[in-house]
Amino acid sequence: MNADQARSVLRTMWRIRAFEERVGRLKRSDEVHGLIHLSIGGEGVAAAVCGQLRDNDVVYSGHRAHGHVLAKGAPMPETMAELMGREGGLCRGMGGSMHLVDVAHGMLGATGVVGGTVPAALGSALAARMRGEDTVSVVFFGDGAVQAGTFAESVNLAALWRLPVVLVCENNGFAEFSPRSAHTPVERVSDLVAPWGIPAATVDGNDAVAVWEEFGRLLAGVRAGEGPALLEALTHRLRGHYEGDPDRYRVAVAAEEWQERDPVLRLERTGLERGWFDADEAKAVREAAHAEVEDAVAWARESPWPTPELASSLVYGS
Amino acid sequence: MRTTYAKAVGRALAEAMRADERVLVIGEDVSAGGPFTITSGLVEEFGVDRVRDTPISEAAITGIATGAAQSGLRPVLEIMYIDFLTLALDQLVNTAAKARFMSGGQLSVPMVLRTQGGAGQRAGAQHSQSLESWLCHVPGLKVVMPSRAVDAAGLLAGAIADPDPVVVVENKTLYFRTEEVPDAVAPAPIGRAAVLRPGRDVTVVALSRMVHEALAAADELAREGIEVEVIDPRTLVPLDLDTITDSVARTNHLVVAHEAVGAGGFGAEVAAAAGHAAFDDLDAPVERVAAPFQPIPVSPGLEDAYLPGAADVRAAVLAVLNRSAP
Ligand SMILES: Cc1ncc(C[n+]2csc(CCOP(=O)(O)OP(=O)(O)O)c2C)c(N)n1
Ligand SMILES: [Mg+2]
Repeated sequence: MNADQARSVLRTMWRIRAFEERVGRLKRSDEVHGLIHLSIGGEGVAAAVCGQLRDNDVVYSGHRAHGHVLAKGAPMPETMAELMGREGGLCRGMGGSMHLVDVAHGMLGATGVVGGTVPAALGSALAARMRGEDTVSVVFFGDGAVQAGTFAESVNLAALWRLPVVLVCENNGFAEFSPRSAHTPVERVSDLVAPWGIPAATVDGNDAVAVWEEFGRLLAGVRAGEGPALLEALTHRLRGHYEGDPDRYRVAVAAEEWQERDPVLRLERTGLERGWFDADEAKAVREAAHAEVEDAVAWARESPWPTPELASSLVYGS
Repeated sequence: MRTTYAKAVGRALAEAMRADERVLVIGEDVSAGGPFTITSGLVEEFGVDRVRDTPISEAAITGIATGAAQSGLRPVLEIMYIDFLTLALDQLVNTAAKARFMSGGQLSVPMVLRTQGGAGQRAGAQHSQSLESWLCHVPGLKVVMPSRAVDAAGLLAGAIADPDPVVVVENKTLYFRTEEVPDAVAPAPIGRAAVLRPGRDVTVVALSRMVHEALAAADELAREGIEVEVIDPRTLVPLDLDTITDSVARTNHLVVAHEAVGAGGFGAEVAAAAGHAAFDDLDAPVERVAAPFQPIPVSPGLEDAYLPGAADVRAAVLAVLNRSAP
């Protein structure tokens, strides 16, 4: 990672953090709707992965997708407007938090059905390869999705057809209210794919630099046509499973410890140490992100509500 | 006693588990109570073997419940949202539903699959659907859809005692309604409708949440001098057609109301069956109340407009009366 890259990743991480914190407050005032899953604590993965993708590379996600969408380049006002159910939203208010799509920036799908987008990412990879392009497809999913049938079926097919896809598992150790140990005796997701010859690695997802380096290495192979790869990033979900979750099933990380682990603060510290940016620059990035979020909220609030006519016109293409 | 639909289901599960040690609860996060607290408290009493958490593996756990049922257990499987039933359908439809038939009667699959559907909570197109009519198309499955706490408990007990696979479709917007429920709920017979309000002018057959909307519409219409009879079939398969046709013989008008989209919906089956059996009694074509044929939008105003409610039932009642031959 060089200084430019570090600045860019830090900027993306602050944009996600500021966005997610604002969304949490908007949920409590009932301005964003439905089941809201925040990615606070996981910003380093979204930023370091998407930061190395091209505009025409494809990304898929699951129910905790806001960060991936922003990191892939979706405009913040339209993303916010979608969460508010406005016509100016990315999906014109039809999808909401769990179903963000922004085709213009290569964000092809998020799903509320766990594991549902893993095969679709293979499909996009297949399409790219059949067209002779060197674009890749990346799918983000949680550790809970690994136990879904689609994961196992997709691992096999991706390897069999040597598809240019990177499987990125954000392992936060929990699926809803259950720890990983309640779902599987396999601790490391990266251990699962060896028989298929899929290169895999586990990184500390709180360390954006490590994610950047490891993902970059895997991505190079995938882009060069060597077939699929899997990256497991160990993260911590700072918030409850969804906004409103009483979160009584785990012990909260102490504030001081979180200061140490927080991926945003950690990249700031690393960047200052290595001279990638100075404290004023870091502060400016943070402030700009917060200002951008306020602008996005203001823009979204001005956006009209979608009409039933619009909704019914979107069911079929012809 | 005053209680909620959610608590009534939980209590019925506990009672069934106390009465029969073959009964076990299996599903995602069931020991934590699930997202709607239905199964809370069970693990404390019955332990992790009988209140069994599973990974996110709907296909496998449905197959496991099927195999366990045909090997002597009485599993009550929870599929958290009916929307995820898609993942379980192969095991349910191709294995559980047909095991008795294909084995020439050797196998029996006494399993219950509990799930919940319905919109109204801004949960979007993948967490709000009403897919019960799919299940009604599969011989071998029984399908119940309780609208009231007392039936949620009674039908669940009936389903657990049943020798065949029974799908219980609950509704997320009904879970936290408080209702009067007897201290001891008797198992409700599967396949019997309930007349929840007598009336002489129009019969409304409503499912799940729409039962409450139909009752509200009936109250309002009564003030205008129109007496609506509200029937909750409670069981979709097998359907208690007699209760419906007896009613139509008196009212000569039929409206069917559900939250699922109209096309291919269960209302079509009721309309066709009653239209045939009670053709001579009907003074007007059957009216259907259903959601528009589109996925469920997440935006609040759109979802509210999408959802059928009491006003739609009222309009359908007036429409069916207006079309009566003089
Ligand atoms: C097929 C399916 N089953 C169950 C659920 C309910 N559910 C939503 S999120 C979730 C846990 C997902 O855990 P994980 O994949 O680790 O993602 P995380 O929430 O930790 O980011 C579950 C069980 C679902 N959405 N889809
Ligand atoms: Mg997880």
